[in-house]
Amino acid sequence: MASKVIHAFYDDDDVLMLAVKKVKAAKLHIEEVYCPFPVHGLDKAMGLAPTRLAITAFLYGCVGLTVATLMMNYIMIEDWPQDIGGKPSFSYLENLPAFVPIMFELTVFFAAHLMVITFYLRSRLWPFKEAENPDVRTTDDHFLMEIEIHDNEQELRDLLMDTGAVEINVSEKNSH
Amino acid sequence: MYTFSNRLKIASIVLMIVGALGIIGGFVMAPGTIAEAKEMVASHDGGHGEAHVAEAEHVTTESDRAVAESHGEEHDSSHDQHLLDQLKNRPWAALYVAAFFFFMISLGVLAFYAIQRAAQAGWSPLLFRVMEGITAYLVPGGIIVFVILLLSVLHMNHLFIWMDETVVAHDALLQGKAGYLNPTFFLIRAAIFLAGWIGYREYSRKLSIAQDASDDNSNFKLNFRISAGFLVFYLISESIMSWDWIMSVEPHWFSTLFGWYIFASMFVSGITVIAMVTIYLKSKGHLPDVNNSHIHDLAKFMFGISIFWTYLWFSQFMLIWYSNIPEEVTYYVTRIADYRLPFFGMVAMNFLFPVLLLMNSDYKRINWFVILTGIVILAGHYMDIFNAIMPSTVGDNWFIGIPEIGSVLFFAGLFIFWIFRAISTQPLQPKRNPFIEESRHFHY
Repeated sequence: MASKVIHAFYDDDDVLMLAVKKVKAAKLHIEEVYCPFPVHGLDKAMGLAPTRLAITAFLYGCVGLTVATLMMNYIMIEDWPQDIGGKPSFSYLENLPAFVPIMFELTVFFAAHLMVITFYLRSRLWPFKEAENPDVRTTDDHFLMEIEIHDNEQELRDLLMDTGAVEINVSEKNSH
Repeated sequence: MYTFSNRLKIASIVLMIVGALGIIGGFVMAPGTIAEAKEMVASHDGGHGEAHVAEAEHVTTESDRAVAESHGEEHDSSHDQHLLDQLKNRPWAALYVAAFFFFMISLGVLAFYAIQRAAQAGWSPLLFRVMEGITAYLVPGGIIVFVILLLSVLHMNHLFIWMDETVVAHDALLQGKAGYLNPTFFLIRAAIFLAGWIGYREYSRKLSIAQDASDDNSNFKLNFRISAGFLVFYLISESIMSWDWIMSVEPHWFSTLFGWYIFASMFVSGITVIAMVTIYLKSKGHLPDVNNSHIHDLAKFMFGISIFWTYLWFSQFMLIWYSNIPEEVTYYVTRIADYRLPFFGMVAMNFLFPVLLLMNSDYKRINWFVILTGIVILAGHYMDIFNAIMPSTVGDNWFIGIPEIGSVLFFAGLFIFWIFRAISTQPLQPKRNPFIEESRHFHY
């Protein structure tokens, strides 16, 4: 399905933030904003739903803690118990202080890595993926706001010019 | 401009009176003779069956210590004398723990304040008057702690056994440390540290107020420079203070990260009190420009420093537990044998509770969540100091009773009275701080 979209370019993140607020105030739907760096508060201004990444991070952390506990219990207690420093490994609980650093590290490891992988997948980023940003300048020094056109091109142009856009283009877009 | 409300004033005075009665009660109830002491312990044991177990464990650890000194009947009588000393110590130790706890809150706030100054933080200037109000308690709190230390040096109590010449005469380790651990040098160090902390606080406060009326930023810049310098002094003095005032109640034992550990405790307690006082003032309609992003930031610090405290607590514990060297491990043996509930309870209060309650980003900006967590954190860090002082001073004869609660109430009352009186003397919002606009628009 192809649709016509308007691309407004900005060269400053503060101007972009104000523009986003104005466009939202005009009750228009912003398709996407492409930025060279994360702009603080942009998600809220665009009215995006709060991220659920934090919840996944918590769950991944719980998985990491469980994996560490089961792994250490198997390695150190069940499979090959050793007497380290006069502390024979007969019980997981009695040797717990020795395992806490590993439990902590694996909790962090799982939470961090799985969260990053989740983030990439959710953002549709994977190796050899073709870039989705419509203009290379959004990887350098320009911000781009994309709005779908519904027979209101001139109206949109006027509004966006008003918000301080430095360039406005109209293009066809194939939705993924 | 905040006016110290009559209700709060009366409440703080009532706390002080009730607390003072508790403190006096604690001293009156302390036994005067060995016979009284034995009777107290006997009646206590009759009431609680499990106390026998603790007593038995205590005797074994105690006998380890006594082996070097004597055996047999002589040991029995020295044990009785020891019991009397511990029971006599209890009201003193209770007073000292509470006095130090509230003093350390204002000292923690002072460190936080100096860091904000030295970092030229943009978010926090709106809270400077609150922080300066809390650090005002350094003067009375510091003097009280100093007086207690002075009374210890004058042998009014046995909190610090290394101050007792007869103990040192029989103890080769303490003789070796006498060049550092002697009453005169001890008091000189305490006086220097208190003078440094109070001196910085008063000077920085003066500059902070002068900045409001000035027409350039010279006061602000000078404040930045002295704060950076002060932090160097603070890190050294705080570390030595923790060895002197806390670690030396157990003069044979040492831990190299003890200074950091106590610092984490005072830092998180201080930040918690900043958050609580800010929320209180906000609820009374003051600090109109403080928004929930400021509370959010303070709660993030409460969350983060709670984890930092746990990290240090565990690092200290695990290394000593693993290496299991007798001279080190006694510290934890007595705490786990005689103080099981407060020792592990404080980990739940200082770690699990804040981690679970403040993990969610949104909860960090809900006032009652921050207050609730703050109360638990403060109680937990009181227990931390309690666990540091009590096992070495009263042994297994501890209890959270009239002397402890009375001392906490008294110093809580004094603390509240002093800080709100100090906050009410100046406008709550700094006018000419160069970062005040940034702080007003602070938005997470």
